[in-house]
Amino acid sequence: MSSEPEITWEVARSKPASFYSTYERKDELQHATHYCPGCGHGIIHKMLAQAIDDLGMQDRTVLISPVGCSVFAYYYFDVGNVQAAHGRAPAVATAIKRSRPGSIVISYQGDGDLSAIGSAEILHAANRGEPLTVIFVNNAIYSMTGGQMAPTTLLGQTSTTSPHGRSAAHEGYPLHVSELLATLEAPVYIERVGLGDNRQIAQAARAVRRALENQVRGLGFSLVEILSPCPTIWKMSPVEAQHWVHDVMEKTFPLGVLRDRTQTAQAVPAPDPPPTLSAVPRILGVADTGLPEGLPRVADVPDVNLQMRVAGFGGQGVLLLGEVLAEAGLDAGLEVSWLPSYGPEMRSGTSNCHVRLAREPIDSPLVTHPDVLIAMNEPSLRKFGSTMRRGGWMLYNGETLPEEGSSKDVHVLARPFTQIANDLGDARAGNMVMLGALLEIAGSLPQTSVESALGRLVRNPRWLALDESALAAGRRLMRESRAEVSHAG
Amino acid sequence: MHRQLMKGNEAIMKSAILAGCRGFYGYPITPASEITEAAATYMPQVGGVFLQAESEVAAINMLYGAASAGVRAMTASSGPGISLMQEGISYMAGAELPCVIADITRGGPGLGNIASEQSDYHQVVKGGGHGNYHTLVLAPYSVQEMADLTALAFDLADRYRNPVVLLADGFIGQMMEPVEFPQTATEPCLPQWAVAGTAESRRNVITSMYLDTDKLEAHVRQLEAKYFIAEQREARAEDWRTEDGEIILVGYGIVARILKGVAAEARAAGLPVGVLRPITLYPFPTLHFQRLVSRAQVFLVVEMSNGQLLEDVRLALNGARPVEFLSRVGGNTPTHHEVLAATQELARRHLTAAPAEEEWIVHV
Repeated sequence: MSSEPEITWEVARSKPASFYSTYERKDELQHATHYCPGCGHGIIHKMLAQAIDDLGMQDRTVLISPVGCSVFAYYYFDVGNVQAAHGRAPAVATAIKRSRPGSIVISYQGDGDLSAIGSAEILHAANRGEPLTVIFVNNAIYSMTGGQMAPTTLLGQTSTTSPHGRSAAHEGYPLHVSELLATLEAPVYIERVGLGDNRQIAQAARAVRRALENQVRGLGFSLVEILSPCPTIWKMSPVEAQHWVHDVMEKTFPLGVLRDRTQTAQAVPAPDPPPTLSAVPRILGVADTGLPEGLPRVADVPDVNLQMRVAGFGGQGVLLLGEVLAEAGLDAGLEVSWLPSYGPEMRSGTSNCHVRLAREPIDSPLVTHPDVLIAMNEPSLRKFGSTMRRGGWMLYNGETLPEEGSSKDVHVLARPFTQIANDLGDARAGNMVMLGALLEIAGSLPQTSVESALGRLVRNPRWLALDESALAAGRRLMRESRAEVSHAG
Repeated sequence: MHRQLMKGNEAIMKSAILAGCRGFYGYPITPASEITEAAATYMPQVGGVFLQAESEVAAINMLYGAASAGVRAMTASSGPGISLMQEGISYMAGAELPCVIADITRGGPGLGNIASEQSDYHQVVKGGGHGNYHTLVLAPYSVQEMADLTALAFDLADRYRNPVVLLADGFIGQMMEPVEFPQTATEPCLPQWAVAGTAESRRNVITSMYLDTDKLEAHVRQLEAKYFIAEQREARAEDWRTEDGEIILVGYGIVARILKGVAAEARAAGLPVGVLRPITLYPFPTLHFQRLVSRAQVFLVVEMSNGQLLEDVRLALNGARPVEFLSRVGGNTPTHHEVLAATQELARRHLTAAPAEEEWIVHV
């Protein structure tokens, strides 16, 4: 009886731990990948999984699967997996990395995905210097969808959507994404490698590993472009396809390092620790600090129901006037609303706002028929003068009211408010002169509320002093004018 | 409580952070930009992420990434930007990712204008993206509700693992009103399904892809089951003096504010008018409408769009009562007097015992 010879062996290369043993997420053939014989994805997947293993970061890794043949990357990689929309992987990756800075985020994209529909996302992720690793698999065609032209398709190359061969005149030139990205300041590492022969594959594996190491070290954006064969769509044997990478593709897309700042780049600093939760309301300025002290409350204020429109040129302080009034009303315990016109009107032409102050809850903040109109210029008067309620008050910034601007049964005070402010020191305080006059008319808001509101909204002491004197001037003016004010119309 | 004067847009962002939002990805657009600006100010101070994206397309996909990583995150935009986000919203619904999207609506179609409209109703409530999904939609009508419904939106987004949209018109975003906030901040937590770059989350996968037809069908049915539960539990509306209302005014957002003023004046003149204000637009508060049918004679839908809310009201009432319609578009608002006049006209046509006409003349 002879015994079986004892065989001993040592495993030199085995499946990386970052690959699943069987592909449970696949529907069938769970021991095999879905890739075609001779496809470059299998080789690239393996070098990526090996690098993840070697760097000991399987648990930290988040792999973004794109749309394309590698859409199923999550079948194979035993890492955190997120599948993204066509072209958007760099945007998805950006937010994952920023949300979880300790994770290692890999955006794995094909050339249709990255260089066509996702050209904006890759450009801006690279330009922001997102500390990501991008694996850009370039096979010069849309493979998964059956062989349509990509931005990377070579001149003369046929595809189902360039059946007569790509021509520069009609479809433009092959897009050199890596060269484009290398013009940006932020990227740390960009290299183009190929799968054209074993030597190239070994170099590709080194590049993939470097791109991951960069992220582990906390450096910025790294991208490896890999020229990869697609025998099925190219209609070649696996060997012919590999040769085609080496002999043809490389002429359009030369291999080499396009950017390497890995020696000089600084690691992205770790974010500051967040504040305690209890500090958040204070940071947001919403902590319950109570009301400013000593202000009269609603009980001290007589019945109020003010519906006001303030209008003028942009820059006249229309919105601020309204805001001071609303803030003062709130301090006095009233219900208030302030609604601005917004947008281009802020920069030229007219600006206006609606202000309401009332004892009762305010239904609509829109004031279509004001009982007070502050018209800081003539166009405002023309626009809103006719909308006023009977018995209301119109304050007009001008020596006299234009005849057609008058409204029936409305009190009018026409004064050169801007000129009065100019005499006080700055024409721009005209809004506060008008507000002073209004406060005198309305008579209901405590002076302290107005002062308190003004103090909160006008932080510059010089302006505050000016605005306070403008308010006082407006009040004086109104008191002195009472006798002259008459009903127009 | 301390009430502060604040813009609706700013209230959204402050409420979001108090609700545990720690990611904001957005692209500026009038009239929503104050939300983005507030996020830029506060997110870095609370340990959150603010990033101005290169486009709304990128912004929504960043939101997809942040949500995948288990962060409460939001974005804000207006009509044209929401259109660009629809792809990503569909992906997020498909991948069951929670997020909050504020749509501060402006005038459309196309470039339209920047004035306030409600014309995003269809693209938001009916789902402007591809596939069988819904977004939950909340419609605030005051600055206080901008704050309150933002907090609710984050809870609903997590509960249903689905995007939630705050649909507000430009007025609600731009106006200032008193608002108060909760004094405690919600602690951000990590959902167990998220992919966070940790050993515990390594086996998780976020995807909306189900190649097998049976699997995709099962997935869609599971989404439907979720929406069915939301329809049972989450529909919200405000009834304002509808209990004896024979004319029911219907509107959301700024329109509902106008309607309340009209109803109050009509009531004072003896007309039995109530206001039904949908707060959730999806799920639509169908039962709130059906409850009123026994008493109400007619419904008047008022909207700043071309009959988009109207369709849902008609479906909810299913022909039980006549539904009349008043619309302003282009950035114009239905005025108090327009709505009051329409209400009076309805009273003439639908109520048998309308008060004498002189009692409800408009006082200007």
